Amino acid sequence: MSVAIVFENVGARYGGRRALSDVSVSFAPGKVTGIVGPNGAGKTTLLRVGLGLLPHEGGAVRVQDRALKDWSREALARTIAYLPQGGDAHWPLVARDLVMLGRLPYRGAFASVSAADERIVDDALARADASAFARRRMDELSAGERARVLFARALATQAQILFADEPAAWLDPAHQLKLMALLREEAARGTAIAVTLHDLSLAARHCDEILVLHEGRVAAQGVPDHALSDEILARVFAITAVRVPSPDTGNAVPVPWRLTR
Amino acid sequence: MTRMSRDGGIVLLLVLLAFGFAALSFFIGPSNLHAGHLIDGLIHGRGLDGVIAREIRLPRTGLALVVGAALGASGAALQGLFRNPLASPDVTGVTSCAGLGAVIALYLGFAAVSPALLPAFAIAGALASAGILFILSRAGAGTLALVLAGVAISSLAVALTALVLTFAKNPYAMSEMVLWMMGSLKDRTLTDLAYAAPLTLLGIALLLTTMRGLDALTLGEEAAQSLGIDVASVRSRVVIGVALATGAATAAAGAISFVGLVVPHLLRPFTGYRPSQLILPSALGGAALVAASDVLVRSIDPGEQLRLGVVTALIGAPFFLWLILRLRRES
Repeated sequence: MSVAIVFENVGARYGGRRALSDVSVSFAPGKVTGIVGPNGAGKTTLLRVGLGLLPHEGGAVRVQDRALKDWSREALARTIAYLPQGGDAHWPLVARDLVMLGRLPYRGAFASVSAADERIVDDALARADASAFARRRMDELSAGERARVLFARALATQAQILFADEPAAWLDPAHQLKLMALLREEAARGTAIAVTLHDLSLAARHCDEILVLHEGRVAAQGVPDHALSDEILARVFAITAVRVPSPDTGNAVPVPWRLTR
Repeated sequence: MTRMSRDGGIVLLLVLLAFGFAALSFFIGPSNLHAGHLIDGLIHGRGLDGVIAREIRLPRTGLALVVGAALGASGAALQGLFRNPLASPDVTGVTSCAGLGAVIALYLGFAAVSPALLPAFAIAGALASAGILFILSRAGAGTLALVLAGVAISSLAVALTALVLTFAKNPYAMSEMVLWMMGSLKDRTLTDLAYAAPLTLLGIALLLTTMRGLDALTLGEEAAQSLGIDVASVRSRVVIGVALATGAATAAAGAISFVGLVVPHLLRPFTGYRPSQLILPSALGGAALVAASDVLVRSIDPGEQLRLGVVTALIGAPFFLWLILRLRRES
């Protein structure tokens, strides 16, 4: 399967406002796609439409070659994991219990936790580097630790597609780098990852593909060097950037520098 | 200790507590009958022992358990739905609206037509306020909106109750009604129990179907939906379950306040803070608390001028204030 989820000429309204117009994009297994754009560009709306949380107007959304509307709620929940923006636990659950919520799409109404669930949750905690505080309560953890637990929750769903909305916000630089490494690791396992980011340098360095949204439309998409060209940065973000060559790949990573006006 | 045995342990402990207080409630009374005679009376129903055991003590003890279970489970489910420890049937105005429904049934004469109409009206009243809660929860109400809406709903219900009483033919209606609204288990009959018990059980059963959903809502509404939870259905089931249980309980006992607020809050740390694991223990804890409070009321004041609802409010209202202060410090 070359495409995990595809949007074709999709439009959507959010809060009475036209939030997406004529968006076509696909997310491929094994790749990290960064979704960038100014505030209100439609990044979160695009993820919501893909998850079936928001209906689309016109166009088509297909998940693994099947129309979104033909998916049952449970099957879709097993296929796409979602890490919402600013997500947090509303009750101070023990971290491991919170990660176990990721197994809900696999359990019947009153079924109890299986040995396989236990194993998968331990594995998810280990991959998110959260095993050390798995037995502690969420309100005893730092913001960075909580972010890792929530990430482990998404991993525990074992979905083939992962949507992460602004997971790097509120994280210190070390945790941001760790998070991007985790996303790369998941992609290496064959997961299709779509992640919205505000940090253009982070996006350019760690994503295979970049989708630039501007006022609900696709402004550019492709490899970072191409999608985050000077022309796009000026037109969409109204900034100029300094380019820093990456010591690893030689790609020129943009560092936002000045406003154009 | 493993998770399973810990959850089972708290449930078992609460069952024992509820049964213990129920036994106390059943065996204590002004007629000073011997426990053996009461049990004999309950089983065989003969003579004075039988009348006291079956007609007086059984309805009272049974209703204490039923009413407490209804309020405890309702509070736990509402707190889970709103992800807010201040949500409960009394704070959100559901109890007052159930009271309004019961007053309409009692004082406009519907309850005289059929005893089923009393709980039916109370449930309808509860459902009306629960409908407002439904809209609030859909809009994602914060603590402030929730509590203020509760104040508004309660005030409206109290005003409408007063209005209904103005039209009542009985001149003593007002004072009787005010007393009734304070909540009591005095002079209840088997008929009251026969209506309250099944309706409450139905309500709690409905609330128990939302366990998975309430757990998922810990992560927020959109994350819960992405986990395959039909959040709109969870919301409706909570609202209808709370209306059934609280409505039936209020029809039988009047307004017993703060049980639904205090019990889930006290038990939450023992259930690992998981909303799903809180409903059943809160039902049992509520049953134990109301049975214990009723025993307390009768031992302090055997003449029973003191009302059960007054006692629970005396304990509950300061607790509510303390909870608000604590939440303010945390945020």
